[in-house]
Amino acid sequence: MFSLDLLFEAVLFGVLLGCFYAAVSIGLSVSLGLLDVPHVAHPAIMVMGSYFTWILSSKAGWDPLAAGVVLMLPFFVLGVALYRFYYEVFEKRGSDAGVRGLAFFFGLAFIIEVGLIFAFGVDQRSVEAAYIGKSFSVGEYRIPMRMVVAFVVALVLTFALTLYLSKTFTGRAIKAVAQDLLALRLMGANPVRIKQWAFGIATGVSALAGAMLIIISPVEPAIDRLYIGRTFCVVVLAGLGSMTGTLAAGLVLGIVESIVLMMFGASWAPAVAFGLLLAVLGIRPQGLFGR
Amino acid sequence: MNFRTLLAAVLAAFSFAAVAQQPIKIGMSMPQTGTLAGGGQAALVALRMWVEDVNAKGGMLGRKVEFIAYDDQTNPANVPGIYTKLLEVDKVDLLIAPYGTVPTAAIMPMVKQRGLLLMGNFSFQVNRTVQHDMWFNNSPWNNAASWFDGYISTGQKLGAKTIAFLAADQEFAQNLANGARELAKAAGLKTVYDQNYPPTTTDFSSLIRAIRAANADLVFVASYPNDSVAIIRSVNEIGIGSNVKMFGGGMVGLQFTPNMVNLGSLLNGVVNYNTYVPGMNYPGIEDYFKRYAVKAADAKVDPLGYYITPYNYAIGQMLEQAITATKSLDHKRLADYLRKNEMKTIVGPIRFGPDGEWANPRVVQAQFRGVVDKNTEQWTKPGRQVVISPDSVKTGEIVAPFEKARK
Amino acid sequence: MKFWTGAAIVLIAGVGLPLLPVNEYFFYAGYMVLSYVVLATAWNILGGYAGYVNFGTPAFFGIGAYSAVVLFKWLQAPLAVQILGAALMAGLLGFGVGLLTLRLRGIFFAIATVAVIFIMETLMVNWRYVGGATGLQILRPTVELFDTYTRMLFAVMAVLAVGSVAVARYIQVSWVGRGLRALRDSEEAAECSGVPTLKLKLFACTVSGALMGAAGAPMPMYLSFIEPVSTFNLSYTIGALGSAIIGGMVHWAGPIIGALLLGTLQQVVTVTISSEINVLVVGVLLVVFVVAAPEGILGLIRKWTRSSSR
Repeated sequence: MFSLDLLFEAVLFGVLLGCFYAAVSIGLSVSLGLLDVPHVAHPAIMVMGSYFTWILSSKAGWDPLAAGVVLMLPFFVLGVALYRFYYEVFEKRGSDAGVRGLAFFFGLAFIIEVGLIFAFGVDQRSVEAAYIGKSFSVGEYRIPMRMVVAFVVALVLTFALTLYLSKTFTGRAIKAVAQDLLALRLMGANPVRIKQWAFGIATGVSALAGAMLIIISPVEPAIDRLYIGRTFCVVVLAGLGSMTGTLAAGLVLGIVESIVLMMFGASWAPAVAFGLLLAVLGIRPQGLFGR
Repeated sequence: MNFRTLLAAVLAAFSFAAVAQQPIKIGMSMPQTGTLAGGGQAALVALRMWVEDVNAKGGMLGRKVEFIAYDDQTNPANVPGIYTKLLEVDKVDLLIAPYGTVPTAAIMPMVKQRGLLLMGNFSFQVNRTVQHDMWFNNSPWNNAASWFDGYISTGQKLGAKTIAFLAADQEFAQNLANGARELAKAAGLKTVYDQNYPPTTTDFSSLIRAIRAANADLVFVASYPNDSVAIIRSVNEIGIGSNVKMFGGGMVGLQFTPNMVNLGSLLNGVVNYNTYVPGMNYPGIEDYFKRYAVKAADAKVDPLGYYITPYNYAIGQMLEQAITATKSLDHKRLADYLRKNEMKTIVGPIRFGPDGEWANPRVVQAQFRGVVDKNTEQWTKPGRQVVISPDSVKTGEIVAPFEKARK
Repeated sequence: MKFWTGAAIVLIAGVGLPLLPVNEYFFYAGYMVLSYVVLATAWNILGGYAGYVNFGTPAFFGIGAYSAVVLFKWLQAPLAVQILGAALMAGLLGFGVGLLTLRLRGIFFAIATVAVIFIMETLMVNWRYVGGATGLQILRPTVELFDTYTRMLFAVMAVLAVGSVAVARYIQVSWVGRGLRALRDSEEAAECSGVPTLKLKLFACTVSGALMGAAGAPMPMYLSFIEPVSTFNLSYTIGALGSAIIGGMVHWAGPIIGALLLGTLQQVVTVTISSEINVLVVGVLLVVFVVAAPEGILGLIRKWTRSSSR
């Protein structure tokens, strides 16, 4: 039914795809994993990033990756503001905030999605660049260049963020705020400002992830729903708060999805991420590397 | 005549006049966004053109025509609600189906159970299960053979023995692929690959890889515009293998001018169906395209409008002839007229068979050759799409294998 | 006694109205509004009473719809049987989901319910008997008593609405409701006091799911067409959740108010402007209420009556 060749190609494609999934989820790893924010709107913000990338790329002629990098700054600011709002309205108030916080982000995700439909319509949008449409020939295999580009950017992003969190003062403070809020306060750092900063970074990273998304495949406003499954699957499988875990989990998802695609066809692919997510939640909710 | 009779007569005269002032309302939903939007927006220009032309002549039955069109976003789930609104809120007199099999499938049960006339609009075998007898589908094909025979016979002349099928899991592609599968079996071709994909698929790399590994002689694809474009790009990105003699067949969307211009040279070698290529002669069609081009430029849609727009104009023409001949808007009488008569339109004479499809199909299979990038002008002259079937309108021989024809 | 009188009035109106010569579109739109009453009420049993935010409304709704399709296609089952079958299947799914997510809370429970939606959708996409991704055309059987099938569906949905509210009310005032409230306030404390939290949670999941499935069962007949993407659409989540939160989550009247308000607004907007904007309206209202009036309309009414009685 399938040959070893096809399997190898599937795994190869899965590795490239998996790194992309990791990059797309790393923002959520920070906001949900480290900051405990029920950020269901994370994929929607990423898709928003895709659309802004599209505008810059198709109307102003920018390279989509460059656009993604430039968008990181305004998205960082957006993230800071969003967290501040969330904190003031929900986190301060305690118990019932769980339901309300969830409902808030869910409502936000819908508002973003419908906003995108109003602004851009339901049609698919894609970008053009020198590296989209060509492929590398490695022996018998043809590897699409756009996948390699996304792969490289994803790796760089993941490692950069991991280094940041472990080597810099703010980065370590972010990790500390997840572990022990009181101790952090006693050490003179303002936990709210640190969380704001972290959420801002997570949102900024989502902008670049959005650029990669539209490089890899055409986007349409409803695509955020599918990515809820993929990003949450990666974050939960990784274990909350683990950055390198995110990379590993992304790879697992990418490879499993690619193999399922090859063996069972494209109609089963959407269920892989969600199925894996359910399995992890049911069997080992702390994930691979969780705290 | 006593007072009461006089009053009744006066009232009757007034109400008749009142009705006569009311416009004839024709309603439909049209995919103006979503995957079929490229064709839908262009078709709408043609329909509005017809409405203008009819009203300039004084309307039908002495009444002006009012045209109502909503956007269904190529989403079949939106269609029942829209047509219910058209019937119950807008109170339209006549219905036209949305462009495309997928949106139309959703309302076939409704129109059958309510006994309404529905003018079909480029759908494929969408009446197969419901069997509505007041359905008249204006598209130049009827069953899968009309589409596929040319493809298969050309392939077999090239010595093909095996075939691969790739079809979207939606009403159009499944109808077409099912018909094609039977014909392939009857022709003695062996199926070495057969996959359906969900209509929302955007990445075809794994499917193309699998087809390449299957080593088929012919590859038949049944897809909608978004997928068609993605498949062509994917084939160009990673290759389909040097074995393949013919690729294409039932890919919707490669006839929309914007797609043709954007894909450019990526299209070379692909063999695909079409309804009209420059050089085919129907009386009055040149004038029509000139007028259409002006309106299309205003509306910023497909500037050439070869594929679907003349057929939408023809729908209007057929309704006009039926209404004028029967002097009524009664759906049964109109259906009767449409069933029994041959009508003259700008795409030639049209006669319907008992299943509501064209009695005499006119689909061509053409191969893209010598296409260059980012050039709209090249499509207005014959030559870029070489018609390889049917023999009556053939303009050239096919170049095979597929990889060779791409150069 | 007051409740049952009110319920009887609603029932008579719900079944009587379709017999009167009112514009057909009223029943077409009204059916959707009534189905949201059922969905919101069902959602609130788990979401409002127990505090477990269920994003998975479309999964139960969709399984209800597809169960009805299977029963109709296979056995030509009448509508009542379809609804019962749908409630059964959706209830089973609810029980299964409850079991699987026994120890999950907050966002993890919510995300697990989203996963269930997509998995159910994928299963239906791959099942040719119910049409797969292509969908299925459905020819309605002939209708008795009412002029059109849509009017009959309106009456049926009115009955379902009254029924689901009765169930929700019963749960709220009984010991089950007290247990669920204890669960919502603090799961640990409830367990320590001997409340059978896991059993209650399973019960709430099952009942909630079953009611949502019942709401979904007439959908294929309503449209004469069914396909997976729109049946499992996440918009049902925001509709149900939004209605309950906007109306008020602590009392069975909240979801009714929310659904009637929101549903009517959505239908009006769909007819006059476009169908996207109705999702935007729900989203915006949800966010506004969640931020500014978390107790919903019921909470606002309570505040006003308290301040005016001073």
